[in-house]
Amino acid sequence: MNVMTENKLTERILSGSEAKLVSLAGNASARKNALDEFRRMGVPTKRHEDYKYINPEGLFRLGEFMAKANVVRPVTSHDVEEMTIAPGAAKVVIVNGIFIPELSKLDRLPAGVTVKSIADAVVSDAIAKKYHSTIANDSSDAFIAWNTAMNESGVFIHIAKGATCNIPVHVVHIASNEAASTFHPRNLIVAEVDSSLNVIESFDSIGPVKTLTNVVTEVMVHKGAKLNHYRIQTEGDAAHQMNTTCVVAESGSNYCTYTFSFGGAWVRNNLNISFTQEHTESHLYGLYVTNGNRVVDNHTIVDHAIPNCMSNELYKGVVDGKSTAVFNGKIFVRRDAQKTNAYQTNRNILLSDDATVNTKPQLEIYADDVKCSHGTSTGRLDEDAMFYLRARGVGEASARKMLVRAFAEEVVNNVPDEAIKAYLDNRLNHLMS
Amino acid sequence: MISIKNLHASVEGKEILKGLNLEVKPGEVHAIMGPNGSGKSTLASVLAGREDYEVTEGEVTFNGKNLIELSAEDRAREGLFLAFQYPIEIPGVSNINFLKTAINEIREYKGLDPIDPKQFLALVKEKQKLVELDGKLANRSVNEGFSGGEKKRNEIFQMAMLEPTLGILDETDSGLDIDALRIVANGVNKLRSPERSFIVVTHYQRLLDYIVPDYVHVLYNGRIVKTGPKELALELEEKGYDWIKSDAQNAAV
Ligand SMILES: Nc1ncnc2c1ncn2[C@@H]1O[C@H](COP(=O)(O)OP(=O)(O)O)[C@@H](O)[C@H]1O
Ligand SMILES: [Mg+2]
Repeated sequence: MNVMTENKLTERILSGSEAKLVSLAGNASARKNALDEFRRMGVPTKRHEDYKYINPEGLFRLGEFMAKANVVRPVTSHDVEEMTIAPGAAKVVIVNGIFIPELSKLDRLPAGVTVKSIADAVVSDAIAKKYHSTIANDSSDAFIAWNTAMNESGVFIHIAKGATCNIPVHVVHIASNEAASTFHPRNLIVAEVDSSLNVIESFDSIGPVKTLTNVVTEVMVHKGAKLNHYRIQTEGDAAHQMNTTCVVAESGSNYCTYTFSFGGAWVRNNLNISFTQEHTESHLYGLYVTNGNRVVDNHTIVDHAIPNCMSNELYKGVVDGKSTAVFNGKIFVRRDAQKTNAYQTNRNILLSDDATVNTKPQLEIYADDVKCSHGTSTGRLDEDAMFYLRARGVGEASARKMLVRAFAEEVVNNVPDEAIKAYLDNRLNHLMS
Repeated sequence: MISIKNLHASVEGKEILKGLNLEVKPGEVHAIMGPNGSGKSTLASVLAGREDYEVTEGEVTFNGKNLIELSAEDRAREGLFLAFQYPIEIPGVSNINFLKTAINEIREYKGLDPIDPKQFLALVKEKQKLVELDGKLANRSVNEGFSGGEKKRNEIFQMAMLEPTLGILDETDSGLDIDALRIVANGVNKLRSPERSFIVVTHYQRLLDYIVPDYVHVLYNGRIVKTGPKELALELEEKGYDWIKSDAQNAAV
């Protein structure tokens, strides 16, 4: 694609977005500035290092996601029930990027936990105002800028100092439309000092219409807070997702993130974590199971800017059919970040000749007194293990399933919540049968 | 039980088995000895259905069926069991769940209902005792972190669970100390019956003090070159294989 058409594409998105911009509530000048950033950067293409394996330009080629009419295909409470992950969880339902209070279930939230529409929060809540659009930087990525310009709603989750939320907060994102369209949910999670919270973000779609969900979630983890953040992606074959999560973690905090990509035609996850204070810890787990023509791309960045922090990352993939999986894990250890511990592992099983894996660890280490390691592998199922199982009477299909399950289970076993783990096990059973 | 006629097999284009004949009747124990590299493990792998090995000539009949045509799993379901010379570790696959799946798939093949879970657990307990396998090991991932001896005992434990009609033990004794050897041999002896046969591949006569064979064969250069009673093992222990090698070479000229 030449520069001319690239520009045309960006222009087409811009003209569609500008037309809509006037109808959106909120800070008009902030939206306009963000759209200017989008214009400056343009839609990323193959030549853009961070998007070279799955250039999103292809997504927009036909302008398919730019329908003007946003006609919601109705979502029922039964639909939401079907999307349950942890039975006791509080639920926030976001349909096509819009917070729907009637479908949400927030009555069981304990004191100290606030969950509300971000559109309201950025007007009325001092903390939301303080952090909104400060963690995800518009000028760093066109999709963040586009979201800032276009978002209509999303959720603000706040947990007070020292509070513990004994039930998970489940944000149910649903794409459900009658015409092809793009949605821009915007979320903000703030965990105050010494608080403890579990957040599940799930992504589902209803119906055969093409959708693109361009979601941005900002996360602020204050001193000593513990946040487990799950991303469970089970959308249908017409759904596309651009998922950006930006995290700032303070001293003594522990941010654990779990990304399970089981569905969707095209899924790109950008997960950026930066440590701004010492003695901060973060664990990143990911599992993608792909088949058909699906594309799943996980880009993670852990930025060790200061000393004495620890990050540990494990991503695994089971890649079948004609699907494509990409893993890019950047770890920056800056000059001052002595005594950093940073570990990263990415392992992939290829189940088909037509599937593709691109994996790239990217460690940039500028400090000298650190412990860092990384490892990647992409291979077939172990033939010797297959033969061992079959020689005991286990059929080929079951043996294969057993080995793939064992491979995937290593990630699932790190999930601390039993209900979520049970959900994932069940889901994997279905995926692999 | 099993009848092997003129078996030729190659791996990566190289012929390893070069016209092997062996007939094992129900209830019999046959020992196969022979120098390293003569093809003993290859024979075991070919019989168990490993796909890297190509049978180029000959036939194998197992309980009236053409064994060569069966997949590895169907051979196991027909009652063949191979205790591996080098049992591999399979992290993340539970020993017990895997055995339960194996038993149920074997039962399904035979048109039987799945095993009752209580009955299964009772069977596990009973068979663990047979080879003095620690209950904790049975519940772990297949062979993961097991010592050499524990791996071999786990093989016999699995054999006891699956109750095959033909057990092929590939150097199950190697790497075992005398106590472990006795335990393993004891486990095998308890499984001996008029309907069940064994092919015991070994380097050492000492295993055959415990598992007393009906016949001893010497496998050399892809063929059975000598067959005798159990005393042949003692003779081999004393004299080594050189006299057999030269006999075989003379015969081949
Ligand atoms: N997978 C294989 N690839 C190549 N050569 C093999 C393979 N397996 C066995 N061989 C060769 O076949 C011969 C017989 O090996 P093996 O059956 O293991 O002997 P034994 O068990 O009697 O020591 C050896 O020369 C060995 O190198
Ligand atoms: Mg051998």
